[in-house]
Amino acid sequence: MIHSLFLVNSSGDIFLEKHWKSVVSRSVCDYFFEAQERASEPENVAPVIPTPHHYLISVYRHKIFFVAVIQSEVPPLFVIEFLHRVVDTFQDYFGVCSEAAVKDNVVVVYELLEEMLDNGFPLATESNILKELIKPPTILRTVVNTITGSTNVGEQLPTGQLSVVPWRRTGVKYTNNEAYFDVVEEIDAIIDKSGSTVTAEIQGVVDASVKLTGMPDLTLSFVNPRLLDDVSFHPCVRFKRWEAERILSFIPPDGNFRLLSYHVSSQNLVAIPVYVKHSISFREGSSLGHFEITIGPKQTMGKAVEGVLVTSQMPKAVLNMNLTCTQGAYTFDPVTKMLSWDVGKINPQKLPSLKGSMSLQTGASKPDENPTINIQCKIQQLALSGLKVNRLDMYGEKYKPFKGIKYMTKAGKFQVRT
Amino acid sequence: MKPIQRLFQLPVTAVNLVKNAQTPEEAKSPVLSPDGGQQTWYNALQSDELRLLRTPDQETPLDETAASSSQTQPLRHDDLKEMLDSNKDSLKLEAMKRIVAMIARGKNASDLFPAVVKNVACKNIEVKKLVYVYLVRYAEEQQDLALLSISTFQRGLKDPNQLIRASALRVLSSIRVTIIVPIMMLAIKEAASDMSPYVRKTAAHAIPKLYSLDPDQKDQLIEVIEKLLADKTTLVAGSVVMAFEEVCPERIDLIHKNYRKLCNLLIDVEEWGQVVIINMLTRYARTQFLNPNHNESLLEESAEKAFYGSDEEETEEKDEKEEVAALAKRKPYVMDPDHRLLLRNTKPLLQSRNAAVVMAVAQLYFHLAPKAEVGVIAKAQVRLMRSHSEVQYVVLQNVATMSIKRRGMFEPYLKSFYIRSTDPTQIKVLKLEVLTNLANETNISTILREFQTYIKSMDKDFVAASIQAIGRCATNIGEVRDTCLNGLVQLLSNRDELVVAESVVVIKKLLQMQPAQHSDIIKHMAKLTDNIQVPMARASILWLIGEYCEHVPKIAPDVLRKMAKSFTNEEDIVKLQIINLAAKLYLTNSKQTKLLTQYVLNLAKYDQNYDIRDRARFIRQLIVPTEKSGVLSKYAKKLFLALKPAPVFESPFKDRDHFQLGSLSHLLNAKATGYQELPAWPGMAPDPSVRNVEVKEAVPEWTKCSSREKRKEKVEKPFYSDSEGESGPTESADSESELPSEMESGGGSESEEGGSGSGSEESDEGSESGKEKKKKPEKIKVRKTLPESAESELSGEEEKRKRKERKASSESSSEEEEESSSESSSSESESEEESESEPETKKKKKISLSKPVPKQPKKEISLLDLDDFIPTPSPQVTPINNIVSNSLATDLQGLSLTDSALSPTMISPSFSSVKTYELLHRITGEGLAVEYCFSRQPYSLDPHMVAVQIQFSNNTDTEAKSLRIQEPKLMSGMRMQEFPEIEVLAPGETVTVVMGIDFCDSTQAANFQLCTQTRKFYVSIQPPVGELMMPVFMSENEFKKEQEQLIKLSMGHLMGMNEINEKLTMGEKCQSDHAIVQRVTSAANLSRVPCGSDREYRFAAKTVASGSLVLVTVVTKEGMAAQLTVNCEKMVIGTMLVKDILQALSQ
Repeated sequence: MIHSLFLVNSSGDIFLEKHWKSVVSRSVCDYFFEAQERASEPENVAPVIPTPHHYLISVYRHKIFFVAVIQSEVPPLFVIEFLHRVVDTFQDYFGVCSEAAVKDNVVVVYELLEEMLDNGFPLATESNILKELIKPPTILRTVVNTITGSTNVGEQLPTGQLSVVPWRRTGVKYTNNEAYFDVVEEIDAIIDKSGSTVTAEIQGVVDASVKLTGMPDLTLSFVNPRLLDDVSFHPCVRFKRWEAERILSFIPPDGNFRLLSYHVSSQNLVAIPVYVKHSISFREGSSLGHFEITIGPKQTMGKAVEGVLVTSQMPKAVLNMNLTCTQGAYTFDPVTKMLSWDVGKINPQKLPSLKGSMSLQTGASKPDENPTINIQCKIQQLALSGLKVNRLDMYGEKYKPFKGIKYMTKAGKFQVRT
Repeated sequence: MKPIQRLFQLPVTAVNLVKNAQTPEEAKSPVLSPDGGQQTWYNALQSDELRLLRTPDQETPLDETAASSSQTQPLRHDDLKEMLDSNKDSLKLEAMKRIVAMIARGKNASDLFPAVVKNVACKNIEVKKLVYVYLVRYAEEQQDLALLSISTFQRGLKDPNQLIRASALRVLSSIRVTIIVPIMMLAIKEAASDMSPYVRKTAAHAIPKLYSLDPDQKDQLIEVIEKLLADKTTLVAGSVVMAFEEVCPERIDLIHKNYRKLCNLLIDVEEWGQVVIINMLTRYARTQFLNPNHNESLLEESAEKAFYGSDEEETEEKDEKEEVAALAKRKPYVMDPDHRLLLRNTKPLLQSRNAAVVMAVAQLYFHLAPKAEVGVIAKAQVRLMRSHSEVQYVVLQNVATMSIKRRGMFEPYLKSFYIRSTDPTQIKVLKLEVLTNLANETNISTILREFQTYIKSMDKDFVAASIQAIGRCATNIGEVRDTCLNGLVQLLSNRDELVVAESVVVIKKLLQMQPAQHSDIIKHMAKLTDNIQVPMARASILWLIGEYCEHVPKIAPDVLRKMAKSFTNEEDIVKLQIINLAAKLYLTNSKQTKLLTQYVLNLAKYDQNYDIRDRARFIRQLIVPTEKSGVLSKYAKKLFLALKPAPVFESPFKDRDHFQLGSLSHLLNAKATGYQELPAWPGMAPDPSVRNVEVKEAVPEWTKCSSREKRKEKVEKPFYSDSEGESGPTESADSESELPSEMESGGGSESEEGGSGSGSEESDEGSESGKEKKKKPEKIKVRKTLPESAESELSGEEEKRKRKERKASSESSSEEEEESSSESSSSESESEEESESEPETKKKKKISLSKPVPKQPKKEISLLDLDDFIPTPSPQVTPINNIVSNSLATDLQGLSLTDSALSPTMISPSFSSVKTYELLHRITGEGLAVEYCFSRQPYSLDPHMVAVQIQFSNNTDTEAKSLRIQEPKLMSGMRMQEFPEIEVLAPGETVTVVMGIDFCDSTQAANFQLCTQTRKFYVSIQPPVGELMMPVFMSENEFKKEQEQLIKLSMGHLMGMNEINEKLTMGEKCQSDHAIVQRVTSAANLSRVPCGSDREYRFAAKTVASGSLVLVTVVTKEGMAAQLTVNCEKMVIGTMLVKDILQALSQ
């Protein structure tokens, strides 16, 4: 399956290579570099590139290309999904998955890759098992290791691989037993010029951070599970139980994991948390354009809208922008033509606005496209779909865990067309 | 043994080789000596170590530069070598870490091989692991030296710890050294029969490694694969199928026996394995099953026929051959139960978090499912689109292909494909493709509105694609063609050349398709020449006018006139087209344009641009006949005005679905190396029995009559589906409602049982519906086979008796309904006597079955036998079964004797013959035959349990000892009260015991092991829904009150939750009141409620476990029609009960 893996940074250097079968020369990446050059943006590099003898399947994350070399037919998603899993694991281990982090931890990276694939076929991809095999580096451990010469490879044999719940490590012990759940919803929407919703849907996840001793068996129930239109589960969730009772019953992995992701369909009416009033105009023959946007809360159930960030890709003809904002700070990059306005928290009494003029290339005709406005924001303590966790019960263990639940709504791909 | 000998020889030569290369100390290397080697080795190293201690500063200069120049100056690695040779683990580790870092950077570290390989047996785990990494990387290049490490791994293969065995095998098989192929082969074979599934998994992983190293081993490897395929653990399944796919994907025959098992294990296999298995099974299914969409149109018709024909069918069914013949005549498509099994077991995986798994299921459904069911995959695919852009890219490619074939599937999700300005271009283009495929008359206006905004995007490639998309919509949907054309014409005035060019191209294509409407638009475009300044657009318009000058004979010369006027000021590209236009006009309309053409050509002759001068000269020669001009001028018209083929607007994704979706080949639209074609559906289904698994310990019941069942099922299926269609909600593939799923299930059910001895899936009460499914065909089967004495010869005598009794009962019932119970009891005692008088049964215990005897409400006679050991806890219960036991032993086990207790309040004892089910066939049981029946008696020890009477008969010549139950595997909530162990069962003897099972009001099977002293049999007991209840007495008024109550209750939820109505046609033999009552009560353990009307029959019962009321009403109407109503809080029970009663009555 996966023959080799190359890690390529944005400037086109291969800074790590790993082969699971016989060695593939790194010159195979030349095909990739070609594609990289052709693409205007790194995101536009085709994920699958055929070459005469191999196929290159790549993912781009954290400014690193993970290029897998394939020799024969394999479902592309299989490879892509695996590569993303690799990235997630690195992130889990090193906090960030940057080029520097990979270089600093090259041995751990290598050990991880060795365990994750056998002969190109995924072997251990569960983070709990991997952590049993290879301990994540911490500052303390690094110091201790250098002094004592002890290792970050687990001394214990990874029995987790053999268990019926391969996602959970054995012998977990905590003094404080806690289980926290975050319900995070992202709203994806397209708002058209006049302010009406073209499409809106909610994508939600329930992320868990479970630190419980032993082998707890948890059940999580929702007040209104019917809201969930389409769900996908962590493998620990008992599917049959969900089908029958709409209850999440599972033996959780240890630590952080994504329990469930769900989708609330666009068929339901989706509340739009913010609105934008905009007036962006270019005048024919004039080198000045008018720019004004105001942002305000719409349907927020009385909660404050925070962390608002407005970005917009301006047309090429815009040379510079001269704006003033009532709140926050804005930047305009004349090279990339990216306008970004960090608003912060919206005060409903005094709506933040940004206005001023744009200077255009003289002589050039007025751009016929209007920029779209992308909005990011956060609303704490609110799940926009109205999803509510009913209760969490634990079976199988004696102690009483501390339980917590947090709701949050974020703007996902929230776009306003102008 | 030969490989082993070779193995011992190998290292010796290897050592010799090393001797030459290494220092004398290393030559002494005892790595290969089997034991005690380590110590001497470290002694030998001492001098090195000392050297290291003396020169500690040597370590410091080692850094990247030193390492990078390794190839030219191999000596620079000396320090690393020294560190490796030291006996300090920390130094070794440090060295190994640097070496691995070198490897990671792609630097050559091969010269360190001898130094590294010595550490293969190092005690430090991390050093060891890193040495493995090194070894696997360089072994291929240094084969001889690599052999030094082999013995370590061989030792590891024998380790008592499974994880060490596995890791040794893993590294051993990863070393690509051809000379050790025999060793690897041996190791794999051994590991394939290892106790630990984890080691077996590793063995499966090793198979493709060995295969790629030496393809000649294929045959032997296939044997190993075959063996591992039979493995029952989820851990192995994914890996071995992967090996199968890499080594012998063509050997589809290996899958037959494992097919059902794989289907059943699938949900518990790890996610990567799931992908591989699903993809393989898709191919498998394509070779084994019939196309479910083949005769779609015929399906409805034939299903109907089947329904009407079912009456005869059922009566005929004694004669199997006849039935088959009838089937062959009709030939409706009936899905193979195994096909259904696959579809059903993969469906939950659409909920996987792993995009590859979801995609695999989606492609499976796309390629294998009936059209009506494919829809379920759309939602999951749309969900995947939220994922990383790479995932989105692949998913969209597949959606694009699917949306061509099955547009309706994605239509509801149209808006999810709307494009955001932040999407990468490749995603935008794919989304456009999907939107275009989804466009139809109803949604085209919204789609076009969307497209309009896209055209204003800053991403010009995307704009061009949008314009093309508009063009395609216009060609596909006639209604909007004009709107699109107008819109496109407006785009011609766009400032962006790309947009204009694209619009013109698209307009041109559209025009070429509808010659009739040309002139208007061309006229319009001609007018645009005054305003449009973009040269590309002007040129394009001129081309169009030239091409279709015959359609605009008046305008074309005028355009040329204007152009001639402004010729000198035009851009080059426009000038060229002016010349072109002139030439074409000259050829078609030389009268009007001769002078103009000459003028233009003259202007062009002196143009600054040599291209234009050349063109003018060329054209002049071609079109203007002169004495010198060659033969070409004759063909000028043909050259210029040849009919240009209209470009086709075709989706690039058309016909891509001949590649298996989700595959690399599909994505690239080209066959990738190693791609396995998706076979076409077979015309005739291959023999399905190849998938039958020989019974060893599996449930015998199933295998025994599988082929027969299957045939019957074929008859049944359409029957169900039709009746379903009449009564229930419309059958839709994605509806989760119980009814359709139940119906679908009919097919796969027995195979499900048969396939899994483990029965590990179906974990929870959640699978109730699944259970129901299972239930159905089985029960029917039993019902059918029973009168035919399908039972084994063993029960022959019983059978005889039963028949006799049945006769008796029918006699008694035919006499008069209001017959006294005393009479009935006498008939019972008669039968008892009869049975006792039977000569051949001396010690054998017999079951005599009593008849349903309608009893008069007024006469309250208790028939409770005093000999009964079991006190009847509830007076509302009607015991049905009379069990006569002459054996003391069985009595002691709490077996009830003739106990025909009738509570005084009972009105009608309700039962007919008790159905006996086979638990263990005497062949599979090696002489031990076990049957069970539901005695319909309350279980004394626990009122919530259903009493199951089990009869053991020993057909061997030896004693069977200590028969008992072990390891019951019950769904949560279910409980089981085992029968006391039967110590000895003499040859030829039969013994009956009673056990209790609390089924929790579900029809899930209770799985357990039946053990004798020597053997274990996996068996399961599954209750028909009718046996999950206890009769209850009530008056008509009470009945009505309860019924109302139930309906009221249901108002809060969904209407019809607690009430299920069904119309039916009574079977021919169901004319008399008595027959109706008897059939209903035999289908379920109900008691009759007295009723004023003689057209109504009422029955009542309570479920055993939860005590929920079950109320049944049958109202007969004109002719054979009747209406059946079941009220029950438990919807599942109600639904199933309706079916059962329906079945009973319409027979």
